[in-house]
Amino acid sequence: MATGTRTITVTVDSVEYTDPVEPRMLLVQYLREVLGKTGTAIGCDTTNCGACTVLFDGYGIKSCTMLAVEADGHEITTIEGLTPDEGLHPLQESFNACHGLQCGFCTPGMIMQSASLLAENPHPSDTEIRAGLEGNLCRCTGYQNIVAAVRTAAEEGVPR
Amino acid sequence: MTVTDSRPPEIGRARLRKEDARLTTGRGRFTDNISLPGTLYLGLVRSPVAHARIASIDVSAARDAPGVVRVFTGADLADEQGSLPNAWPVTPDQLAPPHPAVAVDTVAFAGEIVAVVVARSRAQARDAQELVDVDYEELPLVLDLEEAATDSTLVHPDLGTNVSATWVFDSAEAGTGGEVEAALAESDVVVERTIRQQRLIPAFMEPRSVLVDPSGEQITMWSATQVPHIAKLMLALTLGIPESKLRVIAPDVGGGFGGKLAVTPEEVITILAARRTGKPCKYTETRSESLMGAHHGRDHVQHLRIGAKADGTVTGLDVRIVADMGAYLGLITSGIPILGAFMYNGIYKFSAYRFECRNVFTNRVWTDAYRGAGRPEATFAIERMMDELATELDMDPIALREKNWIAHEEFPFDTVASLTYDTGDYEAATAKALELFDYDELRAEQARRRKSGDPIQLGIGVSTFTEMCGLAPSRVLGALNYAAGGWEYAQVRVLATGNVEVVTGTSPHGQGHVTSWSQLVADRLGVPFENVEVLHGDTQIAQKGLDTYGSRSLSVGGMAVLAAADKVIEKARIVAAHMLEAAATDVEFTDGRFSVRGTDQGVSFADVAFATFSAHDLPDGFEPSLDADATFDPENFSFPHGTHLAAMEVDTETGRASVRAYVCVDDVGTVVNPMLVEGQVHGGLAQGISQALYEEAVYDEFGTLVTGSFTDYLVPSAPDLPEFVTDRTTTPATSNELGVKGVGEAGTIASTPAIVNGILDAIRHLGVTDLTMPCTPARVWHALEAARSTGTAPSATEAGA
Repeated sequence: MATGTRTITVTVDSVEYTDPVEPRMLLVQYLREVLGKTGTAIGCDTTNCGACTVLFDGYGIKSCTMLAVEADGHEITTIEGLTPDEGLHPLQESFNACHGLQCGFCTPGMIMQSASLLAENPHPSDTEIRAGLEGNLCRCTGYQNIVAAVRTAAEEGVPR
Repeated sequence: MTVTDSRPPEIGRARLRKEDARLTTGRGRFTDNISLPGTLYLGLVRSPVAHARIASIDVSAARDAPGVVRVFTGADLADEQGSLPNAWPVTPDQLAPPHPAVAVDTVAFAGEIVAVVVARSRAQARDAQELVDVDYEELPLVLDLEEAATDSTLVHPDLGTNVSATWVFDSAEAGTGGEVEAALAESDVVVERTIRQQRLIPAFMEPRSVLVDPSGEQITMWSATQVPHIAKLMLALTLGIPESKLRVIAPDVGGGFGGKLAVTPEEVITILAARRTGKPCKYTETRSESLMGAHHGRDHVQHLRIGAKADGTVTGLDVRIVADMGAYLGLITSGIPILGAFMYNGIYKFSAYRFECRNVFTNRVWTDAYRGAGRPEATFAIERMMDELATELDMDPIALREKNWIAHEEFPFDTVASLTYDTGDYEAATAKALELFDYDELRAEQARRRKSGDPIQLGIGVSTFTEMCGLAPSRVLGALNYAAGGWEYAQVRVLATGNVEVVTGTSPHGQGHVTSWSQLVADRLGVPFENVEVLHGDTQIAQKGLDTYGSRSLSVGGMAVLAAADKVIEKARIVAAHMLEAAATDVEFTDGRFSVRGTDQGVSFADVAFATFSAHDLPDGFEPSLDADATFDPENFSFPHGTHLAAMEVDTETGRASVRAYVCVDDVGTVVNPMLVEGQVHGGLAQGISQALYEEAVYDEFGTLVTGSFTDYLVPSAPDLPEFVTDRTTTPATSNELGVKGVGEAGTIASTPAIVNGILDAIRHLGVTDLTMPCTPARVWHALEAARSTGTAPSATEAGA
């Protein structure tokens, strides 16, 4: 049951927001419903699918498994924030070039997790890429072109 | 008429997708992303029990909860909600219960909707949902398919039986072959097997969502559907809304795979809630709701007998299946097994064939289309049976297939199942696959591992498949008693500047039609690829169509696009001829330019477009428009085919089976965009392999779906799947001018038997002769243990882990 709200201050995509939220509100719900950042999707309710992946202080996390109040004082980057003002992020380019998406629903989460993976491991093997994306489900592509997209972006070099 | 070599041809070009720009940057317009001022949110109360009478339902606490606007029960909606449609009565005497969107008196599966909460926020709806108090008087339930067929316990007592329909195809009666019992009696060997096609969940990544705005002249419904046109017609009929007063929009849709080929209770409910409140209403399911409440796939028990001569020539094939409808009939639930009826004979020349299917109700959510829809079940059966026959006759599985398949010179071929396969080259696909696979090397390694008793054994699984897709010739659908046709619609609109808008009746949800149809029109009209705008999914804009499923969009929808483009050219030629002061018969059209034959006088397509728009000087009687539309009804199905080879490693100590290598050579006819084709193959392979190894929708004895989240329903992730080696041969179809065939379902259809055949090939020598899917480590290990200790393997039809 609703029990009142807490005020949080979160920096999302380089902009600081201050909002009252119910303690039970998930970070992904805050991003989508309060901030209107619908690029981050909800694909499941058991932390399995990864469609909700965002960067939390630069590290990929599942925003369905974090309460909005836990993000108080932290920095979040969403797919909208990864997109530069002009052009595309190397991962966005490579997902297009390698046909690493079909319906696109898992894609923002997949790209964010790929960014997190490459930040930790700039030159992963294909096996490492697959392992690094273990928490992101895709029903359309069979993953092969996603792996190619991450490999391609890694070769081009991804800004940290 | 097509592009000259001044620029690369569009047909066959791996154009990058126009769709990606918004999808990679978080600008996808999925239904739940769309918001309207004042939207109310729905929470649905679902039955936790599988079969019960609703003794009482108390919504008073829910009604009083914060933010709640309305609460509806089935009784409240009974006068309006109608019955969800079934568009395919497979027999004249097919039985089906009423299918209310919200249960009124009884529930027949766990997950059935019993009440609707409408509230000002999602959280308030969710909280109030839990306050609805339902008193269920539980009734006996039936879950076992063959037990259900005996009518010992009835799902719907008013029907008097659980058997919805019995459907038979007999080649002797149809005149397409002999009598199967006679053929089997004359055979030197008859192999008999029972196979279980387990229940699967389509598990598209985007949970279904519906948003209805009742405020306009039309009721507008956004829905994560793959069938906006069909939904519009069916909802209009079901709810008594005039067809022109309902607008359905499929915006970006996050996967379907047949799982969104539906007219859903949630759509009905959201429309009724919006009408009654006068406000926009939205319902977005959780994944848990989706897994239990959206339709499932497959779930057949197959009894098969295959006969052959001692030299391996197949004779007769007898197929008897029991197919689980679930508790109700969905849109085409009843027809799914029938679609497979025509494919059990596969690529082989049987002299006699009989198919009998009993469609049976059980207390589970209903089944309906899921990638392949009847054909994976059929292909699995025949490809497994061919391997079983090969084992029985001690023949190489590929040699046995080659002995019986339709030879390249024999096409077009009238099959024993009454289809005419137009073209095919099984020899070429198989040769290419064997070469890519390193077949001889792997056989040698298999032998080495067997000899040394290596704990890791190696098996080779073969699947040579064909399938019928490109649904469908309307006359055939009529003959099968399906309610709609199989044509597709397109309109090509030429703007004043020469840019082109293409309206298509297909409804892509990841397949890349915007890119592909842009290629088709760029190729045909010679306009730049970038200047073609493809419009789809909104029944007000793409006003006609039969949507996307059954691998039909290119071979039917794409052909409609080309036909419309050709009509545009003929109109434009008349205007061009007038502009050039020549006879139309002397005017040629190449590379976007009309020219007088033998001269360098010409006008561009854009010139003609503007001249038509301004209409200052057009031929007398010529309507000032180049726009044209076309409706294409295919003459035949398309028959992609291929050879798939899987190298399976089985760890005999843990039971774990993994794919060491996967090679497939598929023939999908002419290819428009090879990158998109390859993507469809990859995605199809993933789902087919997953059926073999990972997925099953499991219910416990109370009818509760125990695989109710992705923790238990194992959709594979990247490390769970191998790298695929894919290639193609090209034998163009003869049923359309471009020679294209379908590809969307082929990978799924072909791969499942390749995996299971491979696992059995690895461990048959250890006494394991059959396995139930999914071939989990536990199942494989138990089979090995049973063979080790007693020399027998467990039943092939047990459900669950």
